[in-house]
Amino acid sequence: MVAPMVLAESVRKSFGMVEVLRGIDLEVAAGEVMVIIGPSGSGKSTFLRCINHLEKINSGRLSVDGELVGYREHGGKIFELKDREVCRKRAEIGIVFQHFNLFPHMTVLGNIIEAPVRVKGQEKTEAIANARRLLTQVGLADRETAYPAQLSGGQKQRIAIARALAMEPKLMLFDEPTSALDPELVGEVLDVMKQLAKAGMTMVVVTHEIGFAREVGDSLVFMDEGIIVERGHPKEIINSPKHERTRAFLSKVL
Amino acid sequence: MTQLGPARTTAPTPSAIRAVPVRHPGRWVAAAVLLVLIAMAVDAVVFARVKRGNSLQTRFGWHVVSQFFLSHEVLHGLIVTLELTVIAMAIGIAGGVLLAVMRLAINPIVRWVAWSYIWFFRGTPVLVQLLFWFNLSYVFPQISLGIPFGPSWINLNANSLITPFIAAFVGLGLNEAAYMSEIVRAGILSVDEGQTEAASALGMNRILLMRRVVLPQAMRVIIPPTGNETISMLKTSSLASVITVTELLYSVQLIYASTYQIVPMLLVASLWYLIVTSVLSVGQFYIERYFGRGSSHAQPLTPFQKFRKSIVTVHQAMPLPGPRDAGSPLAGRKER
Ligand SMILES: Nc1ncnc2c1ncn2[C@@H]1O[C@H](COP(=O)(O)OP(=O)(O)O)[C@@H](O)[C@H]1O
Ligand SMILES: [Mg+2]
Repeated sequence: MVAPMVLAESVRKSFGMVEVLRGIDLEVAAGEVMVIIGPSGSGKSTFLRCINHLEKINSGRLSVDGELVGYREHGGKIFELKDREVCRKRAEIGIVFQHFNLFPHMTVLGNIIEAPVRVKGQEKTEAIANARRLLTQVGLADRETAYPAQLSGGQKQRIAIARALAMEPKLMLFDEPTSALDPELVGEVLDVMKQLAKAGMTMVVVTHEIGFAREVGDSLVFMDEGIIVERGHPKEIINSPKHERTRAFLSKVL
Repeated sequence: MTQLGPARTTAPTPSAIRAVPVRHPGRWVAAAVLLVLIAMAVDAVVFARVKRGNSLQTRFGWHVVSQFFLSHEVLHGLIVTLELTVIAMAIGIAGGVLLAVMRLAINPIVRWVAWSYIWFFRGTPVLVQLLFWFNLSYVFPQISLGIPFGPSWINLNANSLITPFIAAFVGLGLNEAAYMSEIVRAGILSVDEGQTEAASALGMNRILLMRRVVLPQAMRVIIPPTGNETISMLKTSSLASVITVTELLYSVQLIYASTYQIVPMLLVASLWYLIVTSVLSVGQFYIERYFGRGSSHAQPLTPFQKFRKSIVTVHQAMPLPGPRDAGSPLAGRKER
């Protein structure tokens, strides 16, 4: 049996006195596209950030591709990973943020080749060739010398996706990638994501785009107040939610 | 595409408003008073002559100014001043970045050390610090390198090691580091947290993301006050005259100590300070422009660009013979 790409067992996370994740159990298989929906403040972003160790979990087990996130298990004991090892693990997971977070002082090409060259030690010529291929893939081959401020929101987000893909991640996390976009620009970003899903990328997508969940998602998770309320096949949950909270939420976003 | 053009030009243009402007007699009076005052000042400074001994001289002794302005001693003093400024600022900036990063460190001891340093150096006058470094050999006659509290390998005589010049740039630089650290820290904190997050998510370690992502963006906030600090350092370096460094001020002081031409010699020094600060201000403008690239704000124009633009706008303001395709809002837009 292959290890799941993401495996969460009773994951808990608090900020001070407030418990934001209250026991998350969840499994994402390799090649699966999982969509997470839920009201604002329910802990979706926090959960994604835990997966690539931008936040430390307080209890439970969280592993990616069969290895614990942020720790190493050895002889029944758990050791914290060194900064260098944490960085190496993060490099294998791509994340796309709601607000793009492109590096404004670098050109589009600079943004994409930065991590492959500086973190992975890739040859610059190779990184550039790679970046150009990705730019074509996201439909922005002609913008490589532009600065982020000269791009539209949709273009920025497509560059952010290309930047994450340049590290050749085995898992891609999306945190509301279209929430900051004007409605007419949402489609171009979703198209790139659909294409990525079709190519077999394992993806965890937090979004309010129910259409995307229905069309592309292999599974759908509804989160509320730090717990998973309901999960299942997207079409089933969207058409006939079992829980009252899911129904109430869906009626608001549909 | 061309329909838009003619439609625009044939539309009736509203005639310009011709109104009687409001009179501002107060402005005229103020301007006249100021002009008279300026004329009096120029006369006093440049033209008026007073009798000194048996000759008639300008009040400020301009013949002495011109005699010494390019003299060897003054130029040497100017170079020492520039050296002091550059070295002290280099120490200040390097130390400031280090202290700023230390203040944002995770280790509380590191944070505390940086905080104490800043507290001490900002809390005491820089003149006192200079005198302290100048007299360091009194406290530490020997400077040794070796194992802490253990044997030492190299012993140096502090009196010969710490010349007045070294005492000056060490004193000015270490003091500057305390101020620069606050500037650098404000710059670092001005960078959006999402930037650090994105860089870490790409696998960058703390040093790499500081060097490649945070500091270059912090520069936009750091550069303007650093320019001011440099200009201020140029002038503060004159304090080194107190510890016998022959920089610009001490050089002219040495001259007037024998010629008694105090005011003209102070004018020589002041004119040089003015010239160098003006040059530095121009340099600051171009550096700020460079670090503002990629910003959504329009960059300020360089004087050359302003000149070119004024020529181009004169051209455009002239009546055009007919509609131009290039001026149409649809021209040049790419099909998607
Ligand atoms: N760094 C933090 N410090 C304190 N509280 C936080 C922090 N990050 C998130 N929270 C809190 O955790 C809760 C869940 O936030 P988040 O995961 O962003 O929710 P979602 O993405 O589902 O909207 C919110 O109440 C938020 O205020
Ligand atoms: Mg969120």
